[in-house]
Amino acid sequence: MENNAEDVENSMEQQQANTAPEPGQQPQEPPATRARSRGGSGAGAADGGGGDGGGGNGTGPEQNGQPPTARPARVVDAEEEEDEEMTLKYGAKHVIMLFVPVTLCMVVVVATIKSVSFYTRNDGQRLIYTPFPEETDTVAQRAVNSILNATIMITVIIVMTLVLVLLYKYRCYKVIQGWLFLSSLLLLFFFSFIYLKEVFKTYNVAMDCITLAIVVWNFGVVGMICIHWKGPLRLQQAYLIMISALMALVFIKYLPEWTAWLILAVISVYDLLAVLCPKGPLRILVETAQERNEPIFPALIYSSTMVWLVNMADTDRPKRNSAEAGSVQQPTQESAVESPAPSSPSQDDGGFTSSWVSQQQHRLGPLQSTEETRREIQQMPSARPPVEDDDEERGVKLGLGDFIFYSMLVGKASATASGDWNTTLACFVAILIGLCLTLLLLAIFRKALPALPISIFFGLVFYFATDNLVRPFMDQLALHQFYI
Amino acid sequence: MTAAVFFGCTFIAFGPAISLFLFTIAREPLRVIFLIAGAFFWLVSLLLASLVWFISVQISNKESASQQKGLLIFGVVLSVLLQETFPAFHEVFKCFFCFFVLVSGLGFGFMSGAFSVVNILADSVGPGTVGIHGDSQHYFLSSAFMTMAIILLHMFWGVIFFDGCEKRRWFVVAAVVVSHLVVSCLTFQNPQYVSSLVPTYIIMLSMGIWAFYTAGGSLRNLKLCLTCKDKDFLLANHRPR
Repeated sequence: MENNAEDVENSMEQQQANTAPEPGQQPQEPPATRARSRGGSGAGAADGGGGDGGGGNGTGPEQNGQPPTARPARVVDAEEEEDEEMTLKYGAKHVIMLFVPVTLCMVVVVATIKSVSFYTRNDGQRLIYTPFPEETDTVAQRAVNSILNATIMITVIIVMTLVLVLLYKYRCYKVIQGWLFLSSLLLLFFFSFIYLKEVFKTYNVAMDCITLAIVVWNFGVVGMICIHWKGPLRLQQAYLIMISALMALVFIKYLPEWTAWLILAVISVYDLLAVLCPKGPLRILVETAQERNEPIFPALIYSSTMVWLVNMADTDRPKRNSAEAGSVQQPTQESAVESPAPSSPSQDDGGFTSSWVSQQQHRLGPLQSTEETRREIQQMPSARPPVEDDDEERGVKLGLGDFIFYSMLVGKASATASGDWNTTLACFVAILIGLCLTLLLLAIFRKALPALPISIFFGLVFYFATDNLVRPFMDQLALHQFYI
Repeated sequence: MTAAVFFGCTFIAFGPAISLFLFTIAREPLRVIFLIAGAFFWLVSLLLASLVWFISVQISNKESASQQKGLLIFGVVLSVLLQETFPAFHEVFKCFFCFFVLVSGLGFGFMSGAFSVVNILADSVGPGTVGIHGDSQHYFLSSAFMTMAIILLHMFWGVIFFDGCEKRRWFVVAAVVVSHLVVSCLTFQNPQYVSSLVPTYIIMLSMGIWAFYTAGGSLRNLKLCLTCKDKDFLLANHRPR
């Protein structure tokens, strides 16, 4: 397993690097998509919905290529109010479209942690990226070791991100695609096999090799098809949630405790910097993709609806690379998510030629949803032809890295906190509220924003506060059966 | 202690709340968000109260059991007061929808109930004998009933409190705070469950009726609702402006 872990780590690292740039790339998403996503993702998604809504997304600018028709008649107050209401409802719908998968992923991780002891057992194995042990004699030594581990990890992530940017700049798309393909292969076959094995061990279920081989083979192949090509939307979403959960479990098992918390904190800061700083790698990636007007490789991004081909027309999804890189297995980077969804043939041909379509088709399948919530949404400079807007069809996207880190935080909280369920619940609520706030900020600022910082910050604060302050208080109350 | 106890207590504690959630909240995304926001605010108030309690415990005499108990009571009172200040912040959201008061009250209740009872439920699945050292044997059951009452009470208090704030009727607000304190102090009498559970339920019923009338319900509405002629009677009078 060590070797495997290392291999996994290698690919994960690569993934990480990939993901890092993703955020940057996200903005590149098709303007239409972005516009929509922008609208959709935040509370303000007015543009799609009905022209500019209260959020005034629609109006924007020119850059978003918003349909010129999106211009609500603001003159009437009542109308405005109703627009606001619609905007709010629309935005809330998109928030919920993300709440459900994030919750599911967390539930899977927590359920596994609580029942399968393998993932909380310390087998003495470590990833090669965290070589310093945490079983040291002194607290100071442990602190130093964990800081060193976190530093190594984040350095690897930064290097991977830069590699991805370079690969993208020099148009080595095949390399990136192959990388992603291998990563998802590893995750879908190897990690799920280990997971099944441990579950069977826990419940003492005897299973013969042939059945197991058939099950794992089918699971893996269908997963590869769904993720990298086409498949029913729900199935694809389910697979994405499962692989995020698997990755989070791997992290929970192989990262020592203090290292894990430090890495979470540092990754949030890195996400913030990489996405918002002008010279951040992700931002560079996005801008490059924008310049080239290229489609991005399909990343592993969770999307809630099918994307229309029409949306793909304008944008170039240059960012795919980053997005993809990240998404596969990457637990790392917040996976910029975006990948505006490649190719989903979906409903509407929009007049795309079959060659273009087939080119898109080998990217991710139905992931797309027009919005990427990965906050990378940026103003798209190109004007786009108005796309049919259909509130119901517009969806929202979130990068798999976000899923992975959120689940990792909650899983770690349930594994290590002595307060057990209270701490887990508190972290869960904190992360959901952080996600909500992030989407709100996205709707307000309408530009690429990182998804991890707010949620992880809330999650960490609530974890440490609940574990150290609230738990003793609640224990005492429960002892005497006092209620507050 | 078996799965039967676990499921039984879970459904007793969370049954009404979950059914409320499924029938009124689950379909509207905005309400779900407000529910989670309510839970979040409750959590923050609990955090602050725990912080104060923790500090006071650290500086107190740890050996004296009565002092510890006194500090605990102080902590309970403080947390109740803090919980009541948070709905005041909801004034901010007043402009949107009025029903959110119900929803955020339920969020408060969910979180409060969950924090009180989840660990107990988790323990009830495992092996053990209740009350083997002479404590009450009805620990789980009474906890479950108390939790149900608390969750519903939070919801009613939310509605009444908000209405009081809106109409500037401060005695209503004070009544809510006082009844919350009374309910918490009643629990100090556990394990004499009769003296704590029965008054709590009486308070819950009266608060429920008060909240019903505050929200605009009446006997007529109730009849219409029960004969399935008027859905959402509680919410019918609350329209967004």
